[in-house]
Amino acid sequence: MASGTSTPSQAKPNFVEESLYEVHQKVHPRAVSGTFAAWRWTLVWCTQLIYYGLCWLPWNGRQAVLFDLVERKFYIFGLVFWPQDVIFLAILLIISAYSLFLFTAVGGRLWCGYACPQTVYTEIFTWIEQKIEGERNARIKLDAAPMSARKLWLRTAKYGSWALLAFWTGFTFVGYFTPIKTVWASLWSFSLGPWETFWMLFYGAFTYLFAGHMREQVCKHMCPYARFQGVMFDPDTLTITYDTERGEPRGARKKGLDPNAIAKGDCVDCGICVQVCPTGIDIRKGLQYECIGCAACIDACDQVMVKMDYPKGLIRYSTEHAIEAHWGWKEIIGHVVRPRVIIYSAILGAICVALVWGIATKPTLRVDVIRDRATLAREVEGGLIENVYRLHVINVSETPHRYAVSVSGLQGIDMVGDRIIEVPAAGARSFSVQVRVPPEAGKKGSNQIFFDVKSLADEKVAVHEKASFLQP
Amino acid sequence: MSDFVSGFWNFYVISIVLASVIGCAVLLWFQDSAKHVEGETTGHVWDEDLQEYSNPLPNWWRWLYYITIVFGLFYLAMYPGLGTFPGLFGWSSSGQYHGERKKADEQYGPIFKKFQSQDVMTVAANSEAKEMGQRLFLTYCSQCHGSDAKGAIGFPNLTDNDWLFGGTPDQIKESIQKGRDAMMPAKGVKPDLNGDQTKDIAGYVRSLSGLATDSIRAQRGKELFAAACSACHGPDGKGMVGVAPDLSDKVWLYSSSEASIIETITKGRVNRMPAYGEFLGDAKVHLLTAYVYGLGGGAKEAPAAAPAAAPAEAAPAEKK
Repeated sequence: MASGTSTPSQAKPNFVEESLYEVHQKVHPRAVSGTFAAWRWTLVWCTQLIYYGLCWLPWNGRQAVLFDLVERKFYIFGLVFWPQDVIFLAILLIISAYSLFLFTAVGGRLWCGYACPQTVYTEIFTWIEQKIEGERNARIKLDAAPMSARKLWLRTAKYGSWALLAFWTGFTFVGYFTPIKTVWASLWSFSLGPWETFWMLFYGAFTYLFAGHMREQVCKHMCPYARFQGVMFDPDTLTITYDTERGEPRGARKKGLDPNAIAKGDCVDCGICVQVCPTGIDIRKGLQYECIGCAACIDACDQVMVKMDYPKGLIRYSTEHAIEAHWGWKEIIGHVVRPRVIIYSAILGAICVALVWGIATKPTLRVDVIRDRATLAREVEGGLIENVYRLHVINVSETPHRYAVSVSGLQGIDMVGDRIIEVPAAGARSFSVQVRVPPEAGKKGSNQIFFDVKSLADEKVAVHEKASFLQP
Repeated sequence: MSDFVSGFWNFYVISIVLASVIGCAVLLWFQDSAKHVEGETTGHVWDEDLQEYSNPLPNWWRWLYYITIVFGLFYLAMYPGLGTFPGLFGWSSSGQYHGERKKADEQYGPIFKKFQSQDVMTVAANSEAKEMGQRLFLTYCSQCHGSDAKGAIGFPNLTDNDWLFGGTPDQIKESIQKGRDAMMPAKGVKPDLNGDQTKDIAGYVRSLSGLATDSIRAQRGKELFAAACSACHGPDGKGMVGVAPDLSDKVWLYSSSEASIIETITKGRVNRMPAYGEFLGDAKVHLLTAYVYGLGGGAKEAPAAAPAAAPAEAAPAEKK
């Protein structure tokens, strides 16, 4: 695929002095409706209802989804994640990565076109812009017009609405880390903490900047995923494709004329596919790195084709192989199953199963045994050899528990210290335990022993943790 | 604050830093356009036919460059970076450290102060103080004395009622503040002891606390002990606080095995508890004293040994 917006035309032999920087031309995409626009709006609603709504949901007297960084506990409905559960975060990120690989290999930049926050917020901000300033032509005219009372009012209304939405987005973001009702209350009493204030403004400001002003610039010049998704493409990947063979030579014509009769292709060169493009490219030049795969041009072109009484799909989801060999949907679908898709799916499936299994069997009790580093071994009354351990017992469940502590693994082994300990709900306790064995037990050096911590209420809540005992 | 040996290096650093920053700005300013043929590619080819046009950067990118330069100059004006110039904010890492300490002192000072005005026995009975004391102990003392304060070989147990340097609050506090040095000379005061005689003494020492031993050796050892060891450990081996440990109890700093006792007699022992007074400050030492006192081994005020211990403070003390 060729990259760049300008075509290599007949090169002039002489050199031209050109700026290394180009002034940003604002892209004013024309509003579009149709199948794929409906899909995109569906995803806008789904993602944003979850984002703005989920933080308000109560659960067991707390916020259902809360990432408490201060207490280092993540609450997701009935689950409580501790720092020790960071593996689940890693698994989640791996799943996200493999999903991106899989979806991109099969359907091209689906993520970019439909679900990426940059796309979603740009969609919302453009919608606001359109409601206030009018359609594409009106907006271009307004941009060019000198400042007037009307322009000032429209601009103020637009920037004001953007700012409100951006602020609400920042507020919601902070509401996932500090209980949102607390944030809401302290917002009105001006008692927000410095970090909450910073993140609210930071996240809000960047939502405003990226979705309002930067838009396609983010995808073109900042986003790494946009660039590396290209390497996941292969000739069987679905991309938004202009059917050159069918469309060319393009040209305007009267409605109802048979294209064959006037020796022209199906493309009427109306330019609407360019006008609706949020990144301002012409899809008829072929696949370009700027294309985020939003399919707005498909919707737009199909409407024109219907008006012209031509079959739909001059611009459509197709693959490199399909265009070359004139395949239909049946062959395209037949080529979805290929080695890389199978491998991505298998890995993704395995990791998803691992995640579900891991969460389902997540222990509600954790025990860390820490040997005293300095006190190797000591002799106590009666000639017994003693080692000292600190037991860190973490109750991950949301009810308080009493646990029985015992030790095993060597002949005549016994412990001094609390044998029954109580740990509050979602709390931890640390205490020392002295383990004693007769001097003849085990071998000289390190011996394996085991600590057993069992809940008194539920036999199944138990941890069998190994430790080493040093015999001098 | 400067480590420079001559004023030249100050000037040298300042000129390099400023020249680089200004050089970047000048380069940006003059390199904002270029001569090229329209439609020219960068000349790089990947995967057989993949080429890249030499497209212009977005204009805002250029402003990012200028912003970093402005930020760099602002930073150099505000923070130390230009040779020995301390920056207008007057920031330094040690200043930040002292500032944080001051803040912590202001925050936690009152809590410590509350306990500092109470006497050790009252503090020892307070559960909040106990928790604080335990945290301090785990941070500063547990490396040697163990997290349960029961010590290890060479490091005394603080929970029993056997005190090498006294277990009254004042004595414990002094041990923490000033540290303790202890030295048992090899072969006591009789440097001509031979191996067999050493073994005899070890036998006798073991018999003092009722451990199994060869009674003939112990009998011989008794006389040797009187000559070599009793000057410090006393005629009955009961020792003296601050001078020498009691050999007749069941507490052993180094193991009770015959081999270990022979090693102690033959080579002597040197041991030291470091002084923490200056490092921890009075308030923390007070809490730690109370915590150690409250561990169960603390002796009541004004013990009988107090007057006798006084001259011994200066003299090297022994440990078994």
